[in-house]
Amino acid sequence: MAAPAGIRPRAGDPLDPDAAISIRGLVKRYGDFSAVDGLDLDIRRGEIFALLGPNGAGKTTTVEICEGYRRQDAGEVRVLGEDPANGDRRWKSRLGIVLQSGGGDSQLTVGELVRAQASYYPDPRDPDEVVALVGLTEKAGIRARALSGGQRRRLDVALGIVGRPELLFLDEPTTGFDPEARRQFWSLIRSLRDLGTTMLLTTHYLDEAEALADRVGVIARGRLAEVAVPSTLGGRETAPAVVSWTEDGARRTEPTATPTAFVRELAARFDGEVPDLAVARPTLEDVYLKMIGEAGR
Amino acid sequence: MTAARQSTGARTALPSLPSVYRARASVELKEFFRQRESVVFTILLPVLLLVVFGAVLDYELRGGVAFTQYFIAGIIAAGILGASLQNMAISIATERSDGTLKSLAGTPMPRSAFFVGKVVQVLAVTALIIVVLLLVAVVFYGVDLPSGSDWLTFLWVTVLGSASCTLLGIALSSLAKNGRSASATVTPFALVLQFISGVFFQFSQIPEWMQTFAAIFPLKWMAQGLRSVFLPDALAAEEPAGSWELGRVALVLGIWCVVGLVLCVRTFSWQDRGSR
Repeated sequence: MAAPAGIRPRAGDPLDPDAAISIRGLVKRYGDFSAVDGLDLDIRRGEIFALLGPNGAGKTTTVEICEGYRRQDAGEVRVLGEDPANGDRRWKSRLGIVLQSGGGDSQLTVGELVRAQASYYPDPRDPDEVVALVGLTEKAGIRARALSGGQRRRLDVALGIVGRPELLFLDEPTTGFDPEARRQFWSLIRSLRDLGTTMLLTTHYLDEAEALADRVGVIARGRLAEVAVPSTLGGRETAPAVVSWTEDGARRTEPTATPTAFVRELAARFDGEVPDLAVARPTLEDVYLKMIGEAGR
Repeated sequence: MTAARQSTGARTALPSLPSVYRARASVELKEFFRQRESVVFTILLPVLLLVVFGAVLDYELRGGVAFTQYFIAGIIAAGILGASLQNMAISIATERSDGTLKSLAGTPMPRSAFFVGKVVQVLAVTALIIVVLLLVAVVFYGVDLPSGSDWLTFLWVTVLGSASCTLLGIALSSLAKNGRSASATVTPFALVLQFISGVFFQFSQIPEWMQTFAAIFPLKWMAQGLRSVFLPDALAAEEPAGSWELGRVALVLGIWCVVGLVLCVRTFSWQDRGSR
């Protein structure tokens, strides 16, 4: 069965010159261990692409090759049309990078750090606006070392976007956030997408991928297990639903391909409200765990 | 596609080198002077040592020259060592292990700007140390300031010594896992060097094998060059070689500049080892 057009390149396809990121046959080995083992991927301009996968699956290695921090052992990579291995200042000025571990204990204030970062770029955003965008205006005069973990992460994002990047890399950006901070961060990411920024996001949080990403890729053992829009990953949309209810004091469950008809039957049988009725599709997490479980076998 | 990208590129020029250099210099100066530990350790410690040793070692060398006149040369050399070698080794090891360098390498900042910022920091700190030490020495201990061409010697010994120690410090930063381990290695080493290089004691009174060991490193030569600045020429006879050996001072410091530069170029990394 052919994959939907444009969803996923196959090994041996030519590099896509219009993609923000185009990867073919990527291999990276550390000693005998293949961290990335034949990965093909195109990320379109303007989309948010989430790379999911367990620790050690090759997410960060793949992202850091795209950022120019590491060199692949085999395969081809183009980021904004250029080979990251030859990325010059001009190329870097079009990227924004939020690394997994952010910057250190700077003595500079939030405002000073963002202004300094802006001075490296040809066409930066207004530093004060960027500080406001990440919600740190009240902390603008505070030294970076005095920020909390979540505030520091928002500063990292501010430093990543102040150069007005066409492509933004976000490596596990919300690790350590409380739920409210994550919601705020998500709306920040959505507003950046509205400004046309392409984003490659790695995350452990499946709800984050589902909330933000146009497409998700699941990476396991250095290969892409699947690329899909979040709602159809792993055949989620056609997977049997599970109907559950309480009857005679016991919890009953029934997997079914036709949940609507089944619920109608139930309703007729109970003649009114069905006690504790619930209809569930497999969550992204269910699908994901199954997928990385299979890849690991 | 290519044409489109180039037109984007032509629209706005990358920031000029001088403007990025200014930004980095400002960052480095703030990073240093706002960190209480580094200011106390690098600037106040030499001053404190001058005050204490100047009061305790209150004796005269041959010809009625006060020991403080000898000591000021040594403590300035030690101050230069702290501002350059110790400062660079510790701060760059810290910035490498906490990801600051990696983040910078991912920006379009020209890499030379990082080093320009560091050099400006070293120069500013060095100049400040020298001024404060001279001030204290003159006001409290009546040390005689150099005169005439001695100022020129003062300048070139400082510049050459500072350059060699800065390069060595940057190279040494690559050996340490992080700032703390850099400090734990470099600080005791610098202290030992100070004891055997003629900073706290007269170099000629140190056992000969220690003199030989000290002569491998820049500190001994900086202190010796600076003694030629602060001591009357008659005291050159007290030196092991019987003269100030200024030619050799320049040669050894120059060689260390070259060695340090080669080590920097070969070992400098923007990321922790093992993460490539």
